[in-house]
Amino acid sequence: MARIWAMTVKEFWALVRDPKARMALFMPPLIQLFVFSFAATLEVRNVDIGLLDMSHGSYSTEFTTQLAGSPNFREIKRLQSPAELERAIEQQEVIAAIVIEQDFDRRMAAGQKAEIGVVLDGRRSNASQIVSSYIMRIAAGIGASASSTPPETVRVTNLFNPNLEYVWFNLPSLIAMIGAVSGLALASMTVAREREVGSFDQLMVSPLQVHEILIGKMLPPLGISIINGFAYLLAAVFIFGVPFEGSLFLFFLSLVLYNLALIGVGMFVSALSHTQQQAFLGSFLATVPIVMLSGFSSPVENMPEWLQVLNHANPAQYFLPVCQGLFLKAMPAADVFDWMWPVALIAVVTLTTSAWLFRARME
Amino acid sequence: MSDTTTPVASATGVIKRFGDVLALDGVDIAILPGQVTGLVGPDAAGKTTLIRILAGLMSAESGELSVMGGAPGDDLEQLGYMPQRFGLYEDLSVIQNLTLYAELRGLPASERQETFDRLLAFTDLARFTDRPAGKLSGGMKQKLGLACALVRTPRLLLLDEPGVGVDPISRRELWAMVQELTGEGIGVLWSTAYLDEAEKCDSVFLLNDGKLLWHGPPADLTSRMDGRVFAARSEGDRRKLLTTLLQREDVLDATIQGSTIRVLAKEGKPEAQGATLAPVPPRLEDGFMEVLGGGPDGHSALAESYRSFPLDGQPAIEARSLTKRYGEFTAAHDISFIAKPGQIFGLLGPNGAGKSTTFKMLCGLATPSAGDCAVAGHNLKHSGPAARQSLGYMAQKFSLYGDLSVQQNLDFFAGAYGLRGRDAREAIGKAVEIFELGERLKVNAGQLPLGFKQRLALACAVLHEPPVLFLDEPTSGVDPVMRREFWVHINGLVARGVTVLVTTHFMEEAEYCDDILLIYRSEQIATGSPDDLKRQAAQLTGLDDPTMEDAFIALIEASEVDTLNPRQAA
Amino acid sequence: MKHELTRFNARRMAALIRKESVQIMRDPSTLLIAFVLPILLLFIFGFGISLDANTIRVGLVVQDSGPQAASLANAYRNSPYLEVVEAPAVAPIKARVVADDLRAMIVIPPDFSRAMDRGRPVPVQVATDGSQPNTANFAAAYAEGIYGSWAEQQGIAPPGAQASLNTRFWYNPELKSRFFLVPGSIAIVMTMIGTLLTALVVAREWERGTLEAMMATPIGMGEFIASKLIPYFLLGIGSMALCTVLGIIVFGVPLRGSVFALLAISSAFLLPALGLGLFISAATKNQFVAAQMALLSGFLPSFLLSGFIFEISSMPAPIQAVTYIVPARYLIPSLQTVFVTGDVWGLFLPNIGMMLLFGAIFFLLAFRATKRSLD
Repeated sequence: MARIWAMTVKEFWALVRDPKARMALFMPPLIQLFVFSFAATLEVRNVDIGLLDMSHGSYSTEFTTQLAGSPNFREIKRLQSPAELERAIEQQEVIAAIVIEQDFDRRMAAGQKAEIGVVLDGRRSNASQIVSSYIMRIAAGIGASASSTPPETVRVTNLFNPNLEYVWFNLPSLIAMIGAVSGLALASMTVAREREVGSFDQLMVSPLQVHEILIGKMLPPLGISIINGFAYLLAAVFIFGVPFEGSLFLFFLSLVLYNLALIGVGMFVSALSHTQQQAFLGSFLATVPIVMLSGFSSPVENMPEWLQVLNHANPAQYFLPVCQGLFLKAMPAADVFDWMWPVALIAVVTLTTSAWLFRARME
Repeated sequence: MSDTTTPVASATGVIKRFGDVLALDGVDIAILPGQVTGLVGPDAAGKTTLIRILAGLMSAESGELSVMGGAPGDDLEQLGYMPQRFGLYEDLSVIQNLTLYAELRGLPASERQETFDRLLAFTDLARFTDRPAGKLSGGMKQKLGLACALVRTPRLLLLDEPGVGVDPISRRELWAMVQELTGEGIGVLWSTAYLDEAEKCDSVFLLNDGKLLWHGPPADLTSRMDGRVFAARSEGDRRKLLTTLLQREDVLDATIQGSTIRVLAKEGKPEAQGATLAPVPPRLEDGFMEVLGGGPDGHSALAESYRSFPLDGQPAIEARSLTKRYGEFTAAHDISFIAKPGQIFGLLGPNGAGKSTTFKMLCGLATPSAGDCAVAGHNLKHSGPAARQSLGYMAQKFSLYGDLSVQQNLDFFAGAYGLRGRDAREAIGKAVEIFELGERLKVNAGQLPLGFKQRLALACAVLHEPPVLFLDEPTSGVDPVMRREFWVHINGLVARGVTVLVTTHFMEEAEYCDDILLIYRSEQIATGSPDDLKRQAAQLTGLDDPTMEDAFIALIEASEVDTLNPRQAA
Repeated sequence: MKHELTRFNARRMAALIRKESVQIMRDPSTLLIAFVLPILLLFIFGFGISLDANTIRVGLVVQDSGPQAASLANAYRNSPYLEVVEAPAVAPIKARVVADDLRAMIVIPPDFSRAMDRGRPVPVQVATDGSQPNTANFAAAYAEGIYGSWAEQQGIAPPGAQASLNTRFWYNPELKSRFFLVPGSIAIVMTMIGTLLTALVVAREWERGTLEAMMATPIGMGEFIASKLIPYFLLGIGSMALCTVLGIIVFGVPLRGSVFALLAISSAFLLPALGLGLFISAATKNQFVAAQMALLSGFLPSFLLSGFIFEISSMPAPIQAVTYIVPARYLIPSLQTVFVTGDVWGLFLPNIGMMLLFGAIFFLLAFRATKRSLD
């Protein structure tokens, strides 16, 4: 125990005192918090749209006014001809252009069905779809004031996040991301750094045993990841006002398991690399798929079958729903367990493999 | 045609500062054509900085510089420069490296074939033209680096520590190559931390701590010591004799040299202390020691507070037919030896001979393919941790944690060796006191001056007072005074019954050993005390007073003749 | 030393470039970044990320046994957009939403059919999982849309004037998100090669001391920089070509513009990317720090602040301001256009101009930082 403790303390100081490691310690969490909570939103706001109004009646004017009033659109560009419309879309001056045909007001006045044409930029298909749904909502309201209010047919409520605040999704997910970005990277550098500095042999001729070295190297990144996790939790709740409904104990437990799995991956990379350079590239190569396939950027169920199978090895895809669930849904212990047991399995596999590899590559 | 009195490069009063550190403090130098000028000094003396300034890679803060008649860096066509780390591209083959430098230096295509043939023959690299530079041995890298610097015969050749990390044989070959060049009128600057290397230069500049201590032909310095250097021999324990001699007022310096002790008198002949004193010719190092003000006083506070180990005749380190195979390749074959307690045991051999493999098996870093070994009675196979608990280890390059403070380093090693609570505090307190680390406890270990790094490394290795110490080139690049200080501690520990295993390229360190095992091509080719080995070498070569280096080379060459295959690359 | 930039010798350049090419071929980590990483990224973006709304798993609770309820429930069941899980009560379905198994639940209330008969329909309840806002939006839109077309079929569309949308998505009518993800990942790949790889190789020369030996030969620093630039430029173009071919063959992304335009755009982007890499390496002289810096100043902005995935217009104003100095911001729309739309020089030229401008700035910085000096 004394030896593990000595190792842990040493590793901790090595992390905190090495200026390079310090960079890996503080920069990613800060930048991530900053950029993701502000910049990374899949919402679409402040876009410019074009309008080719050939009807000029009261309905089309009402529609135009409502478009202009929507917070989602910044500028409504008046277009004069289909050619101008084509150019505006092509050169990405506008993401969408609305075409109101000449007979629009006449048909509306006559109580007939009237069509509004919308041309969207398929290059940005995702943003375009969202813009189209905004326009659809506004269009549906046209004429509503004129005729009797249509009865409500579908009542949509959003559970757990009534206003669909994007930050409520982003911040809990970031807790999963930060572990992959910083904990894994920190763990991956530990052994390679000793190899490069030359202290590795010094370590190996001491009575420290392999498991003591590994545990000692594991604990500081784990501790830092847990601190990161809770710092993010506090920031989410107190700065961004995201509700935390679940159990803190479950959160802590899942966080530890998840980070153990990631650190296992990091140690694996570390055992394989001879230089910090290789460790760095290796951890980058591991982080990208873990983050990108976690379900944060796009739902896991959208992936092709074979990739979903591969993704079973990705700890982030299990922890992400747990994080969101504990924040917003007060996810019960049984569900947390259902999600987390594969993570525990991954942790056991990665940690034992890296211990084995570490031993095997010692010579 | 060449004027041999006008320096090809010269500098006067060069000052260079890095932040607050004064790296060069008013240094002068002159490099004459057709001569090898030695730039001599311990690590961090300012050698590299001076060479870089001469090459035009750094600017001096003040001082006058003239390189081939212009400012440094003006005439790069005529400059050959080999930095400490060779400057070779490791993924490029020998011939690709040569071609690159030939093109960069504008060697006419018509001359290329001839030049390459000459250089490859000169460096004996013709057989390895397609081998990547990274896969060459240290000695071959140095030769290739030299060849790259010579693709167009320069007027000035700057060599930054070409002898580092190179075994004595390669070092000797390299020296011969450079000697040949001076015949063509090239001015060569050879920097080194080894004084035996410097002794062969035409003139030397001794640098220490950024200051020029002395310059002139080596003979001038050694002649000052004429009649003041003696070999002391006594029937009793030579280490005890060393301690007594060092404590005497009229003795400037004393070192162990095999079974004798080299004594440097302040003046005249010191009192014999019951030993017989025979005069011996002085060496450059003797002169340097006088310039530096003499050696330590022979007293080791470390040894005094160290526990004693019984000299019960049980082997402290025992290797029984140690063999290590990596696939087809046998890195060490059938190595057997016994180091008795209270002995210094040396493991010597050229680069890649199997010395480090043997060393690794002895401390449990590698598992033997056959045979076994024990340290302090603990078999490495069954009780590795117990064996490692009873050894202390100090590596050649400073290998503690540079980003951790002195205190944190000590804390860690105390913990790693299982010391806790009061034991740990006491051991650390004692080490801090003995090695005078008190004022530097909060300093990052990496920022310590070289001498303190050395002390800290030793302090960490002996915190748990192990019966066995493993040292890997413990004093290479360290100035002679610090080196003596270090060996005073080691000698003191040995007197307490501690056993020391040393691996080294450095012949001075070999002289301290009681017993030496010479390994070559994975086999042990000779064993015995330094004097035994010298005697064997004398028989082989006919030299009447061979140095340790002569012995090393002679024994290896003899084993070469025995085996039928010609010498392969490391 | 004053004529560093004008010192030029074709033979020396050729030798340096040859040396660099040999190193590229021999260094596994270079090949890893140049060829393995692009393929990995392309596959992750091409297969792993799909922002298209695919089938969404929803729960359905039919609390009414009437014919209309059954018919609507069938409409939901048969929709290709939904994968329906049914239960007789709300509670178990809701538990599965909590467990992150279902994305929404649709409840057809008990008196649905009767109310419909009376001509005063009661609303169908749709509760989405708000913890994933994007999917929640899609789920709600599907539930509404399916109801709408069902109502139309049943002839119970609400009377009165009504405006409907006729949407057309140009260039990408099937709304494949691959169409923008594949060009985007090419941008990331070029950033990795131009900035990360270049920063690493030059920092490595500083670290290993090979540059020290170089500097003592007559080469000019301009030659040195050019010798790094040309091979890695070609490597970047090669990698781009590899991704393009894979994108077309494996992911079915069209290349509607000309190869010339694609080359022009890529070349213009590689200049600032390489310039930044050279600058970072000369400023840090350390591989590890260079890698971190390259990631922070190259990879992350190209990924997050270029409009690749996240709409720049939706970001807060200060961050939008920052995006203007991210060269990838000018690359992404051009690349997307040359793949999906065609040659739109009116869009390309200003973007190419901006990239060249940043290229010039970064190169100036790199030249200033790369001195023949170890001070």
